[in-house]
Amino acid sequence: MARSKDKGSQEVNAGSMADIAFLLLIFFLVTTQIATNKGLTLLLPPKNEDDEPLEIKQNQKNVFKIQVNSADRLLVEDEPLEDVTLIREMVYDFVLNFGNPSSEKKGNDKVSEVDVYNSLPASMKSYISRSLGSDESSDGPGSAIVSLKADRGSSYEIFIQLLDELNAAYNRIYGERVGLTAEEFRKLNRNNPKEKELYDRARSGIPKAISIAEPSTQGG
Amino acid sequence: MSKFKKKSSSSQDIPTAALPDIIFMLLFFFMVTTVLRETEIKVEQRIPRAEQLVKLEKKKLVTYLYVGKPKDESMGSEPLIQANDAFIDLNGIIQWVNQEKSNLSEAERDQITISMKVDNETKMGIIVDIQSELRDANARKIMYATPQKVEDN
Repeated sequence: MARSKDKGSQEVNAGSMADIAFLLLIFFLVTTQIATNKGLTLLLPPKNEDDEPLEIKQNQKNVFKIQVNSADRLLVEDEPLEDVTLIREMVYDFVLNFGNPSSEKKGNDKVSEVDVYNSLPASMKSYISRSLGSDESSDGPGSAIVSLKADRGSSYEIFIQLLDELNAAYNRIYGERVGLTAEEFRKLNRNNPKEKELYDRARSGIPKAISIAEPSTQGG
Repeated sequence: MSKFKKKSSSSQDIPTAALPDIIFMLLFFFMVTTVLRETEIKVEQRIPRAEQLVKLEKKKLVTYLYVGKPKDESMGSEPLIQANDAFIDLNGIIQWVNQEKSNLSEAERDQITISMKVDNETKMGIIVDIQSELRDANARKIMYATPQKVEDN
């Protein structure tokens, strides 16, 4: 008797399945935070107790000085600067100055500054010989250092802006060296051997020398 | 004219039988990509944006440090450092780094990357202090985690 009643519908009603799935979907959509592992990287100098401050050992003209005071005002190469975005161009010119490139091979990859110059594409070479190469600026990319000295009272925001500009300048140099735009260079995937080779070729001999100097304790 | 009408009247609605399947597919995608946050962030996090971001390749090597004003007002208004679930002070950073390093395999210990998520209003003083501590702890790779700047110019 009971069976005959059941015969009417043997299946589970699946009409509301989509609604249930939608509900779950919306839940996960809302709670998802796709992990962002993106940011500005920085390599700190190795720990070395009796290391003298870089400014003393380095020739002054090889150091590009950026100072920030507690009111977030900039002093770039001892001149006040209002617009942060100008630093990009200045650093680009500073690193690629080749005022007096040495032929001494140094660094991990044993590339001299002369080799670096010869490896640049023609457009960069002509730019360098036309408007750079001054005696006042850096000797070559191997010895150029960008020193960023932020007061203890300056804001993190301006620091990020500066670091962003510096990275932009270096990425542009690296990119142009291998015929890419800065953006394309930045997106190179280092797990891919072909792109890794390009990345290494762009960076060899031009270290990204950004030094975060110890700040003064007095407000400026 | 009459011919047209006959044709169009044959089936008016889109078959929705495959709809649940599509929804399920999306659902599984989100289920798989979701990482439920295991740590509760106790400091304010409004992170400045930047343009020249680099993506980190190995997620396993990344550990996070949060810096900012505490959300709980009874803790004061000075920026604090949060590692995992607790606040640590500057002197505790070296110990914390060593602890994190011991979770990694021996070959990878020197490649540990510290990702710092720092609030907008933090002053540089504490950041520089953290940097010098990390340097002492021999965790030299650091990253300032920032979202991508939206290009509006």
